[in-house]
Amino acid sequence: MSDTKEISSSNPLKRRKKFKVSDYTALFAIVVLLIVFSVLRPENFPTRTNMVTILRSISVTTVLASGLTFTMSIGGLDLSAGNMASMSGYFCASFILWYGMNQYLAIGLTIILTMMLTLITMFLIIKCHIPELLATCAMMFFLEGLGLTYAGGSAISQGLPRPSGKPAEGVFSNSFKAMGTSPTIIIIMIIVVIFAYVALNHTKYGRYIYAVGGNKTAAKLSGINIERYRLYTGMVAAAIIALAGVLVVARNTSAQVSGAASYQMPAMSAVFIGQSVLGVRKPNPFGTLVGATLVGILDNGLVMLSVPYYALNMIKGAVLGIALIAAYANTKTD
Amino acid sequence: MKLEVKNLSMEFPGVKALQNVDFEVETGEIRAVVGANGAGKSTLMKVLAGANPGYTGEIFIDGKPVEIRTPAQAKELGIEIVYQEVDTALIPTLSVAENIMMNYLISGMEKKVIVDWPKLKQEARESLSRLGLDIDVDTRVNQLPLAQKQMVLIARAVREHCNFLLLDEPTAPLSLSETQTLFEMIRRLMENEQICIIFISHRLQEITEICETLTVMRNGKIVDNRPITPEVTIQQIVETMLGRKYDDVFEHADHEVGEELFRVEDLSDTENKVHNVSFHIGKGEIVGIAGLVGAGKSELCKLLFGATKRSSGKIFYHGQELKIVNTTDAVKNGFSLVPEERRKEGVLVNETVEFNIVSACLGRLSTKLGFLRPKEQNRVALKYIELLGVKTPSEKQLVANLSGGNQQKVAVAKWLAAESDVYIFDEPTKGIDVGAKGEIFALIQKIASEGKCVIYVSCETQEILSITDRTYVMYSGRIQKELVTSRTNEEEITYYATGGTD
Ligand SMILES: Nc1ncnc2c1ncn2[C@@H]1O[C@H](COP(=O)(O)OP(=O)(O)OP(=O)(O)O)[C@@H](O)[C@H]1O
Ligand SMILES: [Mg+2]
Repeated sequence: MSDTKEISSSNPLKRRKKFKVSDYTALFAIVVLLIVFSVLRPENFPTRTNMVTILRSISVTTVLASGLTFTMSIGGLDLSAGNMASMSGYFCASFILWYGMNQYLAIGLTIILTMMLTLITMFLIIKCHIPELLATCAMMFFLEGLGLTYAGGSAISQGLPRPSGKPAEGVFSNSFKAMGTSPTIIIIMIIVVIFAYVALNHTKYGRYIYAVGGNKTAAKLSGINIERYRLYTGMVAAAIIALAGVLVVARNTSAQVSGAASYQMPAMSAVFIGQSVLGVRKPNPFGTLVGATLVGILDNGLVMLSVPYYALNMIKGAVLGIALIAAYANTKTD
Repeated sequence: MKLEVKNLSMEFPGVKALQNVDFEVETGEIRAVVGANGAGKSTLMKVLAGANPGYTGEIFIDGKPVEIRTPAQAKELGIEIVYQEVDTALIPTLSVAENIMMNYLISGMEKKVIVDWPKLKQEARESLSRLGLDIDVDTRVNQLPLAQKQMVLIARAVREHCNFLLLDEPTAPLSLSETQTLFEMIRRLMENEQICIIFISHRLQEITEICETLTVMRNGKIVDNRPITPEVTIQQIVETMLGRKYDDVFEHADHEVGEELFRVEDLSDTENKVHNVSFHIGKGEIVGIAGLVGAGKSELCKLLFGATKRSSGKIFYHGQELKIVNTTDAVKNGFSLVPEERRKEGVLVNETVEFNIVSACLGRLSTKLGFLRPKEQNRVALKYIELLGVKTPSEKQLVANLSGGNQQKVAVAKWLAAESDVYIFDEPTKGIDVGAKGEIFALIQKIASEGKCVIYVSCETQEILSITDRTYVMYSGRIQKELVTSRTNEEEITYYATGGTD
């Protein structure tokens, strides 16, 4: 029993935890990128306006990635999140522009419709037992087509007539457009991250989600209804994804063709990078924010260096790869 | 051949798992290694098997210094191991044949590219029949019960010719008869091949039966080496192991058994593993389910708990029929199940000890809105760590880093903390040392004396005899016989467990 006494000594976690390079790689990479870009573009990069630009640009990624964080925490995967967000964008834009709906009502309705669409995904995963990767891959294509069909094959923006040829009378109000600009969009991002953090780390529901993500059988035998929690988690993710879609519309002041789909991969990268942050080793909202920041800075800096567009993704991929190597190379696989 | 270890140390963050250990074994002997949970037995074995490359110290074979930093090096030196954590060593989605022949597939095929399936299966079958086993080699490993998985692992290890065979708690999931088969095989192996077997077990009885010499470990050190002579008593071994006085006889505290609270009628499952089981439990009663491995005991537990589908039958508690279709219903109705396979079903190995212990009682440890109360959680976790003597440097340690027996204690603690009304313990003391077993028995008795119903499932007749009030013996999915524990004995239970009838 002498060994159990050790436990009560003060703050054993801090005492025990060794400094691990991999836990800080993502944060370190952010600092390095900030320095490198500042040195290379001293007059443009390290300015206040540019920092705000970066924050604004990572907002959408972070919000979408927060939705994915929920999904991935319970052991899921979602390839369709980007297209789902685009779909939400079409909904929201059309409600406001085509039907002149009150914007708050439009946003609420968008969230509800997105959740209803997500029920299809959940049906495929939970009832048909299709692996998440495959089910959401199918949804990805389906939603892309569905969105375009709904919008009549083009963007939905102010002044553009409806697919039926009838004029669209609605306009985006200033307060709606403000949602896509700083500081509102940044505040929304922060609220979403805090919400996700509290939900996953400080409520019992979060525990259940991580328990299911950690070991389905053990979770089930603990009396957790894993199907129900998969559904709940999917619904929470859907609401956040819908919000991301609305933010994209507010930023562009239109619902572009597949406007949010391009955020899918950056958001997923953000969650993956986030898993290594501070040694948490599972999807977590704070890590996701760090991951999204890393991706966002990289994007912004590379554009500023006027890297030709065709080489942009190559360099982004390479830098991300290196960051991930550093984060995962010396973690044990078991 | 002689395998010698000098001044061996192994350290993990916050834990000195081995401290300056000197150890030697020679071919031709069967060596027992015993010690309390977390004493460092598995760590020592893993060093010898090349799975703990971070050791310091020297290893010699026949006086020649060697390095064992990878499993491949160990294999080259003729060291084979059967790990304690069965499921980490098998590939669940591959067939039995592929798992047994894994070494051959990986390094035995040399230049060949095409797998000769008939030959592979034939050889796998032969390895199994050497152990006196009859398992279909085409079955996927994840469909086997734990005991058979264990046998597959042993079959794999003895297929290779080796000089040193390390068996880390191979008998933990086995019942008496399978253990005997294993021992016969070990004896045959010793006669034919003159190898050295290092054998770890918490069942000291079987150690005195098969081993010739004994090494006792305590807190990362070797505290005793001695030949096993008839004079060595189990009591002595336990006392060296624990480093304190130990009373061998477990006190069966007399507690009142009240009116019938829990009743099961005609329960069957859809998988055809449980047939028409009926039994009842009184208030404060500990009811045993005895039977051999594969008798359907674990299946019955899962069925009661709503984890598998029922095809017929009713469950009553307080005279009312309970609707249990899934595990959530079971928990809501105050059931708890300590499942058999801890790593797969019981604990979340990548979460902390605290996370695991509180995971079945979060409702009680959070506010109405569902917010967690960290202080409360911490208090509960520390309480059960203390109560069960879980050996861990901190409650924030990952369960994956605990020793096997301590992981099991966490699985038990999790359900004790849940404070249920009906407890189902499926082999709860598997891999738990003698000292801690006493504490768990005491806790179970305490639960019973609070008026709860306890179902205690075990393939160890001795345990059934010492803790239960009444026992049902299962045989091939049916209840063969109901016995009052105080009026029965090992022979009678075994008789019914092997299919005997009145
Ligand atoms: N990977 C690891 N990381 C940290 N600590 C570890 C690790 N592996 C083992 N330990 C610690 O080393 C000590 C010895 O563990 P070991 O597994 O050798 O015990 P054991 O004697 O086999 O016990 P048991 O009878 O429970 O199997 C334990 O305190 C355990 O917590
Ligand atoms: Mg061990």
